[in-house]
Amino acid sequence: MFKNLMSWIEYRMPFMEKMNLHVMQYPAPKNFNFWYFFGSLAMLVLVNQILTGIWLTMNFEPSAERAFASVEYIMREVDYGWLIRYMHSTGASAFFVVVYLHMFRGMMYGSYQKPRELLWIFGMLIFLVLMAEAFMGYLLPWGQMSFWGAQVIISIFGVIPGIGEDLTLWIRGDYVISGATLNRFFALHVIALPLVLVILVFLHIIALHEVGSNNPDGIDVKVPNEGQKFDNNVSEKFTFHEYFTKGGKKIIVDAIPFHPYYTVKDIVGVVGFLILFCAVIFFAPEGGGYFLEKPNFEPANPMKTPDHIAPVWYFTPFYAILRAVPDQLWGAIAMFAAIVLLALLPWIDRCKVRSVRYRSTLHKLNLVNFVISFIVLGVLGVLPATPLYTLIAQIASVAYFGYFIALWFYSKNEKTKPLPVRLS
Amino acid sequence: MSNAPVNHGRRRFLTIATSVVGGVGAIGAAVPFIASWNPSEKAKQAGAAVTANIAKLEPGQLIRVEWRGKPVWVVKRTPDMLKSLEAVEANLRDPNSDDLQQPEYAKNRHRSIKEEIFVAVGICTHLGCSPTYKMADFDAHVEGIASGFFCPCHGSTYDMAGRVFSGVPAPKNLMIPPYMFTDDSNLLIGADEGTA
Repeated sequence: MFKNLMSWIEYRMPFMEKMNLHVMQYPAPKNFNFWYFFGSLAMLVLVNQILTGIWLTMNFEPSAERAFASVEYIMREVDYGWLIRYMHSTGASAFFVVVYLHMFRGMMYGSYQKPRELLWIFGMLIFLVLMAEAFMGYLLPWGQMSFWGAQVIISIFGVIPGIGEDLTLWIRGDYVISGATLNRFFALHVIALPLVLVILVFLHIIALHEVGSNNPDGIDVKVPNEGQKFDNNVSEKFTFHEYFTKGGKKIIVDAIPFHPYYTVKDIVGVVGFLILFCAVIFFAPEGGGYFLEKPNFEPANPMKTPDHIAPVWYFTPFYAILRAVPDQLWGAIAMFAAIVLLALLPWIDRCKVRSVRYRSTLHKLNLVNFVISFIVLGVLGVLPATPLYTLIAQIASVAYFGYFIALWFYSKNEKTKPLPVRLS
Repeated sequence: MSNAPVNHGRRRFLTIATSVVGGVGAIGAAVPFIASWNPSEKAKQAGAAVTANIAKLEPGQLIRVEWRGKPVWVVKRTPDMLKSLEAVEANLRDPNSDDLQQPEYAKNRHRSIKEEIFVAVGICTHLGCSPTYKMADFDAHVEGIASGFFCPCHGSTYDMAGRVFSGVPAPKNLMIPPYMFTDDSNLLIGADEGTA
């Protein structure tokens, strides 16, 4: 009966064929470590955001008069409204946690290198849309930090010579941030950007499956078939979709089917993630004032500037770069460049060896430099700008950009270790 | 179906012509979507520039004008007040108005277009209270200075050009809105030569 139904469908639409191609018979390298959890976790958080987001719109009212009160209503009057809202607000921070770790994994193992440049570009586009999505979502509760944070971020566009002022006016739809701004941000936040995000995630995965997953060793698991034999090749035991062997032209070495091996492994990651995620939701939903900032529990008041305006933590590394540059226009350019340079990594890094495991000590130190400068900038971005902090932010900004500049120079003739033939 | 040979030149021309017409159509169709983000007529009305008549303003007098929901002060400063601007400079946080709290034409000692006419948004840069104008008894807050602005909320003090004193909570000088003189006795607040 079920079998008949499946073949009835299969005759009309290649459902099982595509499931095999992308899940059951997709060859994934056998040596994925915990760093490979964060891609599937990002998808889990995306589902969480969409689901809780839909439920929040059922009670949220996007108007300057009602927005703050309707969030309070969700928190106090709607059954489980507090839970759904905290899942959504904590989910936003969790999204950036897993995406930053996912991106760092790519940097460590050189996953952006040829032939995965386009895959990396799609990832960076996802990151950009995610930042826009988070920024617009933060305005919706219409608290003090919603209002003043948006004020600061929108005014960044004002520094563009000539068109800046008109551009900010166009974005706000008013001379100040008002109900008009709130309404359009709501529209973009709940429909336009999520739609773009889902399409980009789809393209990201299609691009991934075309070139295949990288792995911690950074060597290929699909090799040209020259009739050679491999000892202890675990892949011989499995059937992979012929798309990946190109009709026998390639041999798959040391790869295992995504399902059941990595679906089961990812479940372990999901359980670990959910333990931490739930711990935050139930015991520290405001994240100590970093996930939901304290001034946001006061309604937006255009007449009253909070003592200290800081963006939410996931924007602070870039915000610190913005503030570190004394000139406003150059600050905005530097902030933008900090993201663009990440997107250009496939062309900045000219080394042929992908994984940090087989690269030079210099590269390892440079990567440590990147991590430290990113974290230092992130911490400074939430603190008020005192002369000392500004100086440290300037040093950290130089270190951040230094990562890319140094990489471009030494990667051309880098002294790398010999690559293994098989996965370790 | 005719078996006439394919005319590649004509085919290319038709393809390009169709693409161009379609492209122009797409741009045209985008106009309403982009333009609908501009401020609505209602928002423009609420944000429009306002006029203030200063013909009857007495020396030392302050009048309030509402612009975009904020109180805007217009003060006719006396020669004594103008003299005090130089005297207080050592005690100010930003005496040269380096912070972009004013249009370019108000970046001077008196922070105004005409020396005696002072125009500023009357909102404390600390937490948005409206400071009080102390015409003659400001020396209770800053010794030896007769007039200035004092914020009753947290004690921030500003001189007669809206420059903040050091050691008070307010971080910045008072905001100067864009403005221009339409004639000798009329001020337009919210627009200047650049925008009007």
